[in-house]
Amino acid sequence: MTIVFYVASAVAIVSTALMVTRLHAVHALLYLIVSLLAISVVFYTLGAPFIAALEVIIYAGAIMVLFVFVVMLLNLGEQAARAERALLKPSMWTGPLILAGVLMAELVYLLAAGSGGSSRGAMIGPRGVGASLFGPYLIGVELASMLLLGGLVGAYHLGWRKAPKPEVR
Amino acid sequence: MLELLWLVPGIPFAGALVLAVLGARMSHKSVTTVGVGSVAASAIISILIAAAFLSAPPAGSTYTQTLWTWIDVGSFRPQIAFYLDALSLVMMLVVTFVSFLIHLYSAEFMRTDEGYSRFFAYMNLFVACMVTLLLADNLLLLYLGWEGVGLCSYLLIGFWYQDPVNGLAGRKAFIVTRVGDTAMAIGLFVLFHSLGTLRIQGLLHAAQVQWSTGSAYAIAAAALLLGGAVGKSAQLPLQTWLPDAMAGPTPTSALIHAATMVTAGVYLIARTHVLFELAPPVQFAVAAIGAATLLMAGFSALTQNDIKRVLAYSTISQIGYMFLALGVGAWGAAIFHFMTHAFFKALLFLAAGIIIEALHHEHNIFRMGGLRNELPVAFWTFLIAGCSLAGLPLITAGYYSKDLILWSAGSSAAGSTGLWAAGIAGVVLTSLYTFRLIFLVFFGPVRTSVTRRPGLAMTIPVCVLALLSIVGGFDKAPFARFIATALPTLPEAVGGITETLSSIFAALAFLCGLLGAWFVYQRNPSLATAMVENPAGRLLHRFWFSDWGMDWLYDRLFVRPVVWIARVNKADVVDSIYVGLANLATFCYRVLSFTETGKLRWYAAWIAGGAVAFVAVVMFL
Amino acid sequence: MDLIPMRDGFMLAAALFALGLIGVLVRRNVIFILMSIEVMLNAAGLAFVVAGARWGQPDGQVVFLFILAMAAAEVSVGLALVLELYHQCKSLDTDAISRMKG
Repeated sequence: MTIVFYVASAVAIVSTALMVTRLHAVHALLYLIVSLLAISVVFYTLGAPFIAALEVIIYAGAIMVLFVFVVMLLNLGEQAARAERALLKPSMWTGPLILAGVLMAELVYLLAAGSGGSSRGAMIGPRGVGASLFGPYLIGVELASMLLLGGLVGAYHLGWRKAPKPEVR
Repeated sequence: MLELLWLVPGIPFAGALVLAVLGARMSHKSVTTVGVGSVAASAIISILIAAAFLSAPPAGSTYTQTLWTWIDVGSFRPQIAFYLDALSLVMMLVVTFVSFLIHLYSAEFMRTDEGYSRFFAYMNLFVACMVTLLLADNLLLLYLGWEGVGLCSYLLIGFWYQDPVNGLAGRKAFIVTRVGDTAMAIGLFVLFHSLGTLRIQGLLHAAQVQWSTGSAYAIAAAALLLGGAVGKSAQLPLQTWLPDAMAGPTPTSALIHAATMVTAGVYLIARTHVLFELAPPVQFAVAAIGAATLLMAGFSALTQNDIKRVLAYSTISQIGYMFLALGVGAWGAAIFHFMTHAFFKALLFLAAGIIIEALHHEHNIFRMGGLRNELPVAFWTFLIAGCSLAGLPLITAGYYSKDLILWSAGSSAAGSTGLWAAGIAGVVLTSLYTFRLIFLVFFGPVRTSVTRRPGLAMTIPVCVLALLSIVGGFDKAPFARFIATALPTLPEAVGGITETLSSIFAALAFLCGLLGAWFVYQRNPSLATAMVENPAGRLLHRFWFSDWGMDWLYDRLFVRPVVWIARVNKADVVDSIYVGLANLATFCYRVLSFTETGKLRWYAAWIAGGAVAFVAVVMFL
Repeated sequence: MDLIPMRDGFMLAAALFALGLIGVLVRRNVIFILMSIEVMLNAAGLAFVVAGARWGQPDGQVVFLFILAMAAAEVSVGLALVLELYHQCKSLDTDAISRMKG
């Protein structure tokens, strides 16, 4: 099982790195989906099958599909890819790389110092998660639903095109 | 009758208010009625009060009328109260009567001026403030009147304000007297602090009880009051404003700068004589200042060519005589000289006004001449006044008063032969410049022709004053007896000069001056020009013409440094602190506004950077 | 079930987070920025799940669920805004929409 974890981690990291550097939006999206699938495998090795399934269904299956739809709608084309190449000059990378590198170093330092531990190895399935959700975390569920309602209303309002008004004399 | 005392300053004050508020809308005739009438009423009431006072003197020969409490703070309760005794009665009489004559005169003199009602408003206000000053029961009310007359003096000197020279003269007068006023205010603080009251009689009594002769408090208070008196009375070293004050109309010069306001310093010293008696060094300083000023001003008067400036220096010189009398302890003599001086000096100015108007505003005496036959009224009155000023023996008032001063200076305990000799030299100078003036203006060929003869309103006052200049001195003995009820008399002569000897010398000095003037200006006019052409003569002439260089000195000492400081501080050091703060805030704003680029990635980068820094802080601290 | 050390799980989360951060800072196309943000969110959720697995409790998974719900809502609104942006400015360059500067 441990080997699966490490392989999946490697895939996730590589595909995320590739995603960041692509020029075509669709290519990047596909790499992102691969990354998400790899993360799902990682979840399974950690003993969270329910979440692994949800990652695939919702994250990769709904959110990423939404991204794909929007990119297709925009219909960017080849000329957008050329524009992206012009924008991605090597000099652009130095600042962010330094910043992220410092952050990474800090986090590594913190993690190396800690004692850590290991996962318990037990599988906590949907039953356990459900009991927790509708027990102690009930209010979180309600809040999440309100958040989703807000997102729904917002997206609807933003997407609504106004019909051109007839001229009023 | 004595209860009407408050009307004496009250009526002119009301007149001034009416003229100030309604003057522009009143007719010429009603302005004249209000302006002259208010002072006439004041004079009539003063005469009635004097008659009542003399016929039935109240207890202790003093009368106090309290109107209301002015300020009421803890133990400080000055009141609006008037105090009438021989000293204030005499001065009130002289001031109101001479003011009435001058107001009558100016009804004709200023008749064509467009600021006619404004002039009378200022003059009425002046009379009100001057009488308040004289009648004040406490030093705070006296200071109110003091400041009031200073204000009216400023307003009237700069009366023709369209010419900036007049405004400058008014400012100079105000600022120089302000120096003296500040000293006086500090003196009031010292007096209140140590004696606890400003009521004059109470204060003098407490000073006698608490302070020994020569104590530091007495010297300080007396010296500060002397500072105020020196400023208002134009004595050394604050005399530079009076010659320039001649920029005002001639009636103003007659009233304020000859007869009344400039004698306020004399009144102050006479009123607070106890303080000066308690401080012998200061009293000696009074005499010394008087002697020095009378000589200095006499020399300066010899060289002037503006008729009013000669009279201004003459005023400075005569007030020097009054200070001399005060300094040797001859209080009554000083007041007597004040009275006669008011008569003949006001007359001199009014007659000069007749001449100036007749010659269409010509002031230069070297352009006048031969007016003896053209303006007989002016000639005879001017001659009488000039003889009184110089001290023509026996028939003029000035002779008696000046004689008394000279004898007191020579024979009293505080006097000395030196002071007496200075006085005699002053008589020579006075006679010299007076007759120089008379010979140049009234004798010789006519250089400017007469365009206008004076009317009745101008002739009557000068004739009345001429009469007073002659007979005013005959009441010397009754006057001395009367004034002794308010002021201490001089102890009997301890030796030195006898009265007769002093009189003879004074008469000789008068003759010297007369003959000298006649010789130089009438007989050999070329001698005068020759004296000035001579290099030494020219230097002296310029030196004395510019008032012994005092204007130049003050300009270098005080005016230039202050103007330099003002110019250097044009950027205003104090202000730059506040402006600097504002500039700092603006600078910070400009620096911070660089962070608002509007670029999304820039903001994201800063957020990330902040998070990284935060983690680092948590890690290492 | 084999035991997986926490440290490695967290390292993975940190690495993904850093990569997502690089993506946000470097790319100017707003779609790429949104994608990188999704990566960062995912990394944070991974950290929660790892922690939950450590203690053998479902709490980590519950939190990941909430993060998922929030990411969904955010993406829907965000993409609607992207479409609106494209309509207004005819470009997806974030540097071009910098009119609100000081």
